Amino acid sequence: MIELTENILDPEKITAQVRRDTNGSVITFLGTTRDNFEGKTVLTLEYEAFDEMAVKKLKEVRMELMAEFGIEEVAISHRIGTVGIGEISLVVAIGSPHRKEGFKACQKAVDRIKEVVPIWKKEIYQDGSRWVACEDHEFDPTN
Amino acid sequence: MELNVRLFAIYRERAGQTITSVVVPDGATVDNLTDEVRRQFPNLAPPEVNIVVAVNADYAAPNVILHPGDDVCLIPPVSGG
Repeated sequence: MIELTENILDPEKITAQVRRDTNGSVITFLGTTRDNFEGKTVLTLEYEAFDEMAVKKLKEVRMELMAEFGIEEVAISHRIGTVGIGEISLVVAIGSPHRKEGFKACQKAVDRIKEVVPIWKKEIYQDGSRWVACEDHEFDPTN
Repeated sequence: MELNVRLFAIYRERAGQTITSVVVPDGATVDNLTDEVRRQFPNLAPPEVNIVVAVNADYAAPNVILHPGDDVCLIPPVSGG
């Protein structure tokens, strides 16, 4: 249900993990890689992770969602390594009895992943590169 | 005590290494460690920005006391997704 991988993500397979006959809703979010940043063409993206902690934090996010929204089916897969433009870097799939808690849980999952999970992405341009959101700003993942 | 400190992403690139050895007094805190790291790598992060540290794969507050053998990692602002 939690996965960090260099392989291409298969959203069908990940979504299938959260399907249950007792649930009436399945929501799958795909994070995909953009080809531009402030007018610059992005050629490819490089994802780096502190693997051991990233998996641990993803598991914690999953537990938080289950407790907060009373749901049982949460699958999260994040790709690392080189990811081409237009490919899927993140899949979050939520299965729940009803849609409302599913949408909320999905939104929260992506927000939390971007706040606390030690994964970094670098955009590669023709003439350089940039660590996304890694510029020198205040960062407090303990909040 | 001497601690091995791992660096990721922009910190790894700025320091030019993936792991560095940092010597701090026994009983030193995370805050003491980041002060020492800043002395070794003045360009790692601007002085007004705090350096987030993970100890044994969990975020650690500045007042957490370090122990020999701790797995210490510097965590730049994350950007997954």
